[in-house]
Amino acid sequence: MTTFTERLSAIYSRTPEQVAITLQFSGRDDLQLTYEQLLRGAERYARTLEREGIQPGEVVVLILQHGEDLVTSFWGTILQGSIPSIMPFLTEKLSPERYKADLSALISITKPSAIVTYPEFEEEVRAALQEGDSVRSVIVTDRIEPASEVDFASLQGMRRKSGDIVLLQHSSGTTGLQKGVALSHQAVFNQLNSYSKSLSITDRDVVVSWLPLYHDMGLIAGFLMPVLSGIPLVLMSPFDWVRAPYKLFQAISKYCGTLTWLPNFAYNFCAQKIRDRHIDGVDLSSLRAVINCSEPVRWESHVAFYERFKDHGLKMEALQTSYAMAENVFGVTQSQLGSIPVVDEIDREAFMTERVAKSPLDGRPSMQMMSSGQPLENVRVKVIDEDGKELPDRVIGEIALKSDCMLTGYFNRPDLTEKAFHEGWYLTGDYGYISNCEVFVSGRKKDMIIVGGKNVYPQDLEALTYEVPGVHAGRSVAFGLFDEAQGTEDVVVIAEVDSENADEQQRIANAIRLHVTKNSAIALRYVKVVGPKWILKTSSGKTARSANKDKFLLELQQSGGI
Amino acid sequence: MTNAILPEVEKYIAGQILKQPGRKIAVDEPLISSGLIDSFSLMDLALFVEDTFGVRIEDTELDSNTFDNLAQLAALIESRKA
Repeated sequence: MTTFTERLSAIYSRTPEQVAITLQFSGRDDLQLTYEQLLRGAERYARTLEREGIQPGEVVVLILQHGEDLVTSFWGTILQGSIPSIMPFLTEKLSPERYKADLSALISITKPSAIVTYPEFEEEVRAALQEGDSVRSVIVTDRIEPASEVDFASLQGMRRKSGDIVLLQHSSGTTGLQKGVALSHQAVFNQLNSYSKSLSITDRDVVVSWLPLYHDMGLIAGFLMPVLSGIPLVLMSPFDWVRAPYKLFQAISKYCGTLTWLPNFAYNFCAQKIRDRHIDGVDLSSLRAVINCSEPVRWESHVAFYERFKDHGLKMEALQTSYAMAENVFGVTQSQLGSIPVVDEIDREAFMTERVAKSPLDGRPSMQMMSSGQPLENVRVKVIDEDGKELPDRVIGEIALKSDCMLTGYFNRPDLTEKAFHEGWYLTGDYGYISNCEVFVSGRKKDMIIVGGKNVYPQDLEALTYEVPGVHAGRSVAFGLFDEAQGTEDVVVIAEVDSENADEQQRIANAIRLHVTKNSAIALRYVKVVGPKWILKTSSGKTARSANKDKFLLELQQSGGI
Repeated sequence: MTNAILPEVEKYIAGQILKQPGRKIAVDEPLISSGLIDSFSLMDLALFVEDTFGVRIEDTELDSNTFDNLAQLAALIESRKA
């Protein structure tokens, strides 16, 4: 039984000079922080929170970009005993008004006591505050306490209990920001212990990550695990990576990276978009595992990635898979390192109509399912039917799990927490099947869209379309459509309007595209504006997303669009 | 020359990125700052431009400061070809 602060104190006294994090920037030298430097920086934030009268157990929201302040303020919050929650920073693509509304939504449910941000962003943050809300202090990065010796004994974080909540994780959008996953010290350590074991982590490992820290994969695998395990981390900005994905490979080569995590789309993205001139001389032979996680895993994506980088020393058996979710801290399953993930060829028709995964009969159309691996040793996984009854191997149903690293609850939302469990099992909302202990994830029960590794709630996008003149409330539908070439989902929005005039419909389509993108930072791939009575509703008047998706696909096929 | 570049880039953006093949894009319509073209598609656009017009665009240039509409992109391509 231990806490984050106790663990840090132990590492600090043992190896203060060891490099904890190497921060990479665009157009600047790498910045290496030893544990001593990291914790001295963190201590300044801990003292600042104390100065502001923030109490242990209160929530502190961090609104910072990739850089030293983000990592030191995160650990500073931990040292002080308060609960950090990282909120995505405003990007140029998102409208400031929407950002303000999202921040207000977060504040209203999460009730943070303080917000940490840059001086130049202070005004934006204050604009989102309301008279009488929970925020007592906006802390700006240029007004923090001076550095002093790190004195663990005097830090309030040392008095936290292992069962206390240590951090909150949110997914994006209005819906996601109102649903903070609260995790305890113990849950995180239970996860890190079993996950590290499944990866056979040693002190020779080096984690390289470009993933954002407001996402579970970035926060847990690409930040907490290395720092709390005493393993070096090389961290770059997601915004730099998306413009220059080759930088990940240069970093792996430079620092002999052994572990990195990527959502499935990144396999396709890297395989297709990296120029030879950018990876000249890059050596990837140090990689033990490139772990595909956070969106449906595709064998085709692994093959494309391997073919592109095999001449740079990449080994096929380094390509691994995992199934993970914030509610279980992170990993639920992990494929066996050192061997290629199990690929199961199944009969397409039986999969679609009978909901079973069976071998294809001769000559019948088949599909390849790649396993996400076996459950971690502290996690039990089962597949259940609509009534919660366990299904046999190879029958598709909802994936449910039980572990000692589950969330404490959705923060301040006991109603949602209760709904998420059935007889002690967490219902994931994902469909899949089990075969020989291997877990195959095959789809989603919930209407979530996963685009580029990011979870998007369709209702958030639909609500945005209603704000566009000409679109009536309840008359649009958003869903994801898998794009083979990109290895991820494209976002489709269909809106019904009164006008049958093509020019008018095109005008509204343009307006929807602009408005939704500016207010969600999600780029829409297909925007279709249709006349009255196009959208299918259920008998209770709800929009049936999957039925509308089928109708859209049929029209697309008929028009030769795919 | 710009006259030859514009329709080709417009066709690519409308058809491949926005998936609306017939869609017209005004030469001064903001593309990046408006969010019409996201970061991933921006990379596709840069590769398309490099391959089609034989010019080089560095990753550090992939933002709205370098170009934000068709006219600016065409001018950038022109200047690189010179």
